Parts: sequence; C-alpha cells; structure tokens
Amino acid sequence: MGNFGYLMDGFATVITTHHIVIMVIGVMLGILVGVLPGLGAPNGVSLLLPLTFTMDPISAIILLSCMYWGALFGGSTTSILFNIPGEPSSVATTFDGYPMARNGQATRALTLAFMSAGIGALAGVVMITLLSTWVARFALQFSSPEFFAVYFLAFASFIGMGANAPAKTLVTMMLGFALATVGMDTISGGLRLTFGIPDLIKGVSFLVAVMGLFGIGELLLTTEEGLRFDGIKARVRAVDVLKALKEMPRYGWSILRSTLIGIWMGITPAGPTAASFMSYGLARRFAKDKSQFGKGDPRGIVSPETADHSAGTSALLPMLALGVPGSATAAVMMGGLMIWGMTPGPMLFIERPDFVWGLIASMYLGNVVAVLLVLTTVPLYASILRVPFSIVGPVIVAIIFSGAYQIANSTFDMWLVLGFGVLGYLFKKLDYPIAPLVLAMVLGDKAEDAFRQSMLMSNGSLTIFWSNPLVGGIMALGLLMLAWPVVAKAVGLRGIRRGSATTHSAKL
Amino acid sequence: MLKQITLAMLATIAAAPALAFEPARPVEFVVTSGPGGGTDNFARTVQSIISKHKLMDASIVVTNKGGGSGAEGFVYAAGHKGDPYKLTFGTNNEYLLPSVAAVPYKAEDLTPVAALALDEFLVWVNGESKVDDIKAFVAAAKAEPKAIQFGGSQSKDTDQILVSTIADATGAEFRYIPFKSGGEAAVQLAGGHIDANVNNPNENRGQWQAGMVKPLCVFRPDRFPKSEPVHDGKGWNDIPTCAEAGLAIDSYRMPRTVWLPAGVDEAAVAFYRDVLKKVSETQEWSDYVAKTSQTSQFMAGDDFKAYQTGDRENVRKVLKREGWLVE
Repeated sequence: MGNFGYLMDGFATVITTHHIVIMVIGVMLGILVGVLPGLGAPNGVSLLLPLTFTMDPISAIILLSCMYWGALFGGSTTSILFNIPGEPSSVATTFDGYPMARNGQATRALTLAFMSAGIGALAGVVMITLLSTWVARFALQFSSPEFFAVYFLAFASFIGMGANAPAKTLVTMMLGFALATVGMDTISGGLRLTFGIPDLIKGVSFLVAVMGLFGIGELLLTTEEGLRFDGIKARVRAVDVLKALKEMPRYGWSILRSTLIGIWMGITPAGPTAASFMSYGLARRFAKDKSQFGKGDPRGIVSPETADHSAGTSALLPMLALGVPGSATAAVMMGGLMIWGMTPGPMLFIERPDFVWGLIASMYLGNVVAVLLVLTTVPLYASILRVPFSIVGPVIVAIIFSGAYQIANSTFDMWLVLGFGVLGYLFKKLDYPIAPLVLAMVLGDKAEDAFRQSMLMSNGSLTIFWSNPLVGGIMALGLLMLAWPVVAKAVGLRGIRRGSATTHSAKL
Repeated sequence: MLKQITLAMLATIAAAPALAFEPARPVEFVVTSGPGGGTDNFARTVQSIISKHKLMDASIVVTNKGGGSGAEGFVYAAGHKGDPYKLTFGTNNEYLLPSVAAVPYKAEDLTPVAALALDEFLVWVNGESKVDDIKAFVAAAKAEPKAIQFGGSQSKDTDQILVSTIADATGAEFRYIPFKSGGEAAVQLAGGHIDANVNNPNENRGQWQAGMVKPLCVFRPDRFPKSEPVHDGKGWNDIPTCAEAGLAIDSYRMPRTVWLPAGVDEAAVAFYRDVLKKVSETQEWSDYVAKTSQTSQFMAGDDFKAYQTGDRENVRKVLKREGWLVE
C-alpha cells in the first residue's frame, strides 16, 4: 500500500463530527492567539498542551495543529490591519499589506493574504504526502555549513532590495546582529552584552523589537500626522472578497516561486520566518516594476504569505520523520508527542501510520476549514479600521504592552518595547529601513552558531563551504543574489535603452 | 510596607500552631528550558499528575524561562526570595551554571526541595560506524588525536563536561561541537556529520529505532532494567555499562530537580516535598520514567544535599582542569 492508501485511511479516521468540531475549535483558538501579539502559536500550543493529556493522540494532534494553522492566519490579520505582526513570520507581510490597507483596500489585502496562505499550506501538505519518504533523507544531509549557506542566501536575497542608501541598510543590519548576540552564547557558553542586567540574560526577544519598531513606531507617526487612519473611509463589502479572489491567478508565478521557497525552508529546516523574508526579497528582485513595492503591491503580500504557510506546514515533516522540529511551534508539538507516548523519528511512519496519516489528512481539512473561516470573517476584520483612531489607538497600545509582557512575563520587556518604538519612529523619520534589522535579529544568532560550528568542524578553514555540491550550490546561489543588483543593472540598462528606442519609433 | 508586615504577622500567627503550609493562590512552575525541552516535559508531567490525582488544591501556572541555558528561570526565582509560590524545575544546571558563567545568581539563592529522577548518558555513534564497542572507539580516537567530533547540547554544560571526563579518563583527545539542543546533536549524528554524541536515551531513541545511530555504553553503575527490544532485537538492557566495557567512569547522570527560592519557610519546603513524593509514587510517573528511560529516584533533605555535594565536587574538578571555572 502506497502513501495514497494510507492517506485515504487517514481521511476515514479524521472525517467524523467529533474531529471536525475539534478542528473548528482549534482554528478559532489559533486565530485568537495569532491576533494577539505576543501570545503567538508556540505559547498558545503550550497552554493547550496539558488539556490534551487525556485525549487520544489523534484528536490531540488535530487540536494542536489546527491551532497552529489558525495562529498563522491570525498573525497575518494584525500585520495587515495595524502593522503589528502577530507572529514573527508575518513581519514581511506588513511591508505591503499595511500600506494596501491604509489605501482603503483592507479587504483586498486580507483576502489575498488568506488565499495565498491557504494555497501555500495545501502545497506543503501535498509535498508531505508525496515526498515523505524521500525528504527525510534529504534533510539529513544538512549540517552546520549547509545551514549557514541557507542563512547567507536569505541575507543575500534581501540585501539591496530597499530603495534606501546601502550604508543605511548596513547600519540597521549591523544593529540587528548586535541585538541578536545579547544573552547566552551557544558556542562559548558565556554571557554577552548583558551589562549585568538580569533581564537581558534571555536575550532581546525578536517579538518585543518588532512590536515596538512597527506597532508603537507606527502609532507615533500616525499621532503626529493627526490622529486618524487613512483607511477609515474605505467601505467594506463582501463583493471585494470575490474581486480579490478573481485577481489571484495573476500572481501564479509569484505563488509558485514562494511555495518552493517555503517548502524548502520548512524542510531544511530554516523556518517560516526566513522563508517569508526570502520570498519577499525575491519577489521584489524579480519584479519588472518595483515602484509599488512597499506601497501596497499585491505581490508583496502574496509572496511572503504563501512562503510562510508552506514553510509552516512543511516544518511538520522533519518533526515527524526526523524528530527535528522545523519551527518553535513544531518543537512544542514534539514535546506533546512524547508525552502521548510516541517517539518522533524515522520509525514513527512505520510504527504508527494511523497517527501520522491521520495528522496529514487533518492538515488538508484543517487548512480548508481555516481558509473558509477566515475568508467569511474578512469584512468583519476589515471593518475594525472604520472604528475611530481615538478608540483603536489606545486599544492597540494596550494589546502591544500586554503582548510584550506575556512573551516572558517580564516588565522589563515593556520598557524595551517603548525604546524600540522610539527607535522605529526615528528610523522612519530618518529614512532608515527596519526590515534588515529584523532579519538580522531573527537569523543573526542562528547564522553565527552555524558559522562557528562549521569552523570548529573544519579547523578554521573556509573551504568547508565548498566541500560538497549541496553547500557549494547554495553558497553560489547566495553569491549570485548578492551580485544580482550589479548584474541586473548591466542587463537592465540595455533593456531601458531598447525600451526608449521603441517609444521613439512609436512616436515617429 | 505596613500591609506587608501585617500580612507577615498574620501568616506567622496562622502558621504557628500547625506549622503547615497550604498554597492559597496559584503556584507558578518555573521551567528552566524552552517549550518541548527535557525539563519542560518533566515539569508538565508533574503538573498533569498533580491535577489528575488532585494532590494540591491550588491551580498551577507553568511558565518557560529557558533563556541563557536556564539561567533566566533561576535568576527569576532567586529574585523572589522567600516566595513559596515559585516552584522551579531544572537539572544540575542550578549549581552548575554559576560555576561556568557570570550569571547574576548564586547556587545558594535557591532552596533544594527534591530530585525525582536521574537521566542517563550514553556514548552514541552513527549506525554505520565500523566501531562497535567503546574500546575500539577510544583506540580510534587515540590513533588520530582531535579527529573525532563529539556533538552535544550547549557549551560547558553536562555534555561537554562528560566528553572532557572521557578524554581525561582515557587520554584520548576529542573535538567538541556545541549545538543548541540534544535533538540537534542527534540529527547531526544520524546524518553522519559528527562522529559521536553523549545524548540522553530520550534524545536518541527515535534514531536508534531506525538504526541510524547505535549506543556503545551507558554511564550507569549497573545496566538498564529489562525492556522491549528497540532495534535489531536489542533493548536498553543489552547496552553494557561503560565501566564493564572498559571505560573507567562508574557513573555519570543528571538529576531532575525541583527548587524554591531561598528564605522560604521549612513548612513550604515540606509541603512540596510531600506532594512530589506522592507524584513519584503514581503509575503515571513510572510510565513517564520508563518511556524516557530515566531512573526514578526520589531524593530530598540530607540525601539530596549529599548528592549535590558529590556532584559538585566531580564537576568542579573538570571545570578546574579545563579552566572554565568562573569566580
């Protein structure tokens, strides 16, 4: 019996009233924790974990995984409406989602995000169904040098994407790297940049930084501009949802590329955050007309969302097949698996096919349920923007600060949010890009660990990054991305010349 | 301030006759690892057993404070001096961390309550490795000094200390590569990127089942109890102890420990000790310990103190030799 037969068995297990109800509950709870910044999927799933100890494992994993999908969708909602990413992986969605919502097209932005997210997730599940046996072996080839190469590629595909001065990009990126080093260092076991402040031992949470830089920073700007949202006059109609749906096929190419990036990053496992950033960077790089990026380009929403969700879904495969979680949430679920009496690892597929394929079947259904639930509620979410700023503003501030507190139950983090808020405001005023800082904070310490582990393995020789076709290939791709602006300029100049020549002839 | 004094007085009056302690509000379980880590599973298992058997009336809130290899949680508990509502879960990292890193707390800032289990360490190699026993492994390491790469979780922590102890006992030289977690070290070994690791049973079980890694020996004084076969007809009981296989280290284990902040009443310590003792006597606890191949061993009071003193002395010898001691 092939995977397909197992999958059908899985569907038979999953399609019961009991399990469908669990799915709906899971998705709803997930949307809730996703919408509240700071609570997030890993925390939400941990909170729910004790409740599942008495459930049978299949129902339990359905509940937790559906909560995960819901949280991923909820995270995009706040990114688009308030410029506050509910999840680290939805930061890239703010770049174009928020401007589009401000232009009065909140419904369009949300619909595009949810649809592409749903497509990304389903693509991830299809991949798991088809490739589960093969992928496990591929992921085993990844060691520290390969991981470093992947992170290098993520940085490279992001550099030079902004219209800002390269020096400013460099400054913010370095600041991000510095913030990422705060706390305990994996390689030396020592504390760095904590200045004797106990609250800094755990490091600077990336979510705290993001909530301050984006959320508070944006509120300060809005307040300065006159206490209102530009989007408030926008009318919200269900028709807009359908219109946006009709638009989707236009972004087929972006969706395909982002799906591949997402699946790859989910499996390897570099995680959904890296995937969404890389996908956004590439969408921008390969776009013919870059002028709308950062101002509400639909491709800037579709690309990171697709990649985010396909990576989030694919991340479950290494967890099940190898026992290595591809994301923080997957790590929590893995803890659950062990408590339910299962050992994640290569034998799980052989010993408990009923569980694994039940889960996979529930991923198909869970995502469909999630997309339907969020799509029908889009107008509801979008209408939040019509509430006067004098009401929404303070509510957002309250949500941000309670969210910042919830991350680690630390009051110190609330001061950090305030500090980052001021920094975000200054960055915007002085035209410094925030995205490179965020990217460096997320991937900085991982890239550093991977690099130093590689150096330990090779006794300090850089040739380890060219030691096999896999790592060499990724590095080469990274270098190509780094050099791309120069290459594109050379190619682009010819294109423009040809373009102006045709306009000339047209005039004549 | 006045309110606090009054409360304190009231509390003394209330506590004086019976000398009993009973939590009157929710108890916080401070977990010194991230969600999904070994300490996290430990704390959440204890939590589920307590609520299932109603061993405590007050509700429980679990918070993960795993930053800085767990230092975050211990610093947090140390900052709540005298607060009997912060029960902190850890390993021997409570007294290990202050010796290797400049963390802002001292081992004495927490009061030991009990240890519930001992987690084991084994030497694992890749499933396709030509080496089948620890003697051959050590011989290979001696033939090519610093060629064998040992992966492990974190730096200057239990894993690296054990690798250093092996090196000292045999005269072989290894290269140690720290990863973020034992899980990462397990996958790196399964993929053949490193040569060996010293993971706990639970961290490598899945890979062993599939034959991707194999155990050489375990650092227990005696063999594991009999259990179901895991791979190729071999079970945990078939793994020789390192001492019997020719590596002169009798025992190296990691306790699963529970702490309160310093300065709490003896009555509070006694209360939690009794609750944990009851936890360790349930069927669910035996199941957890068996599933994760740990050894259930309840230690409290003087037993636990004596264990700590011994453990600290052994560890300090290694730290001194490697020059890792921070003071």
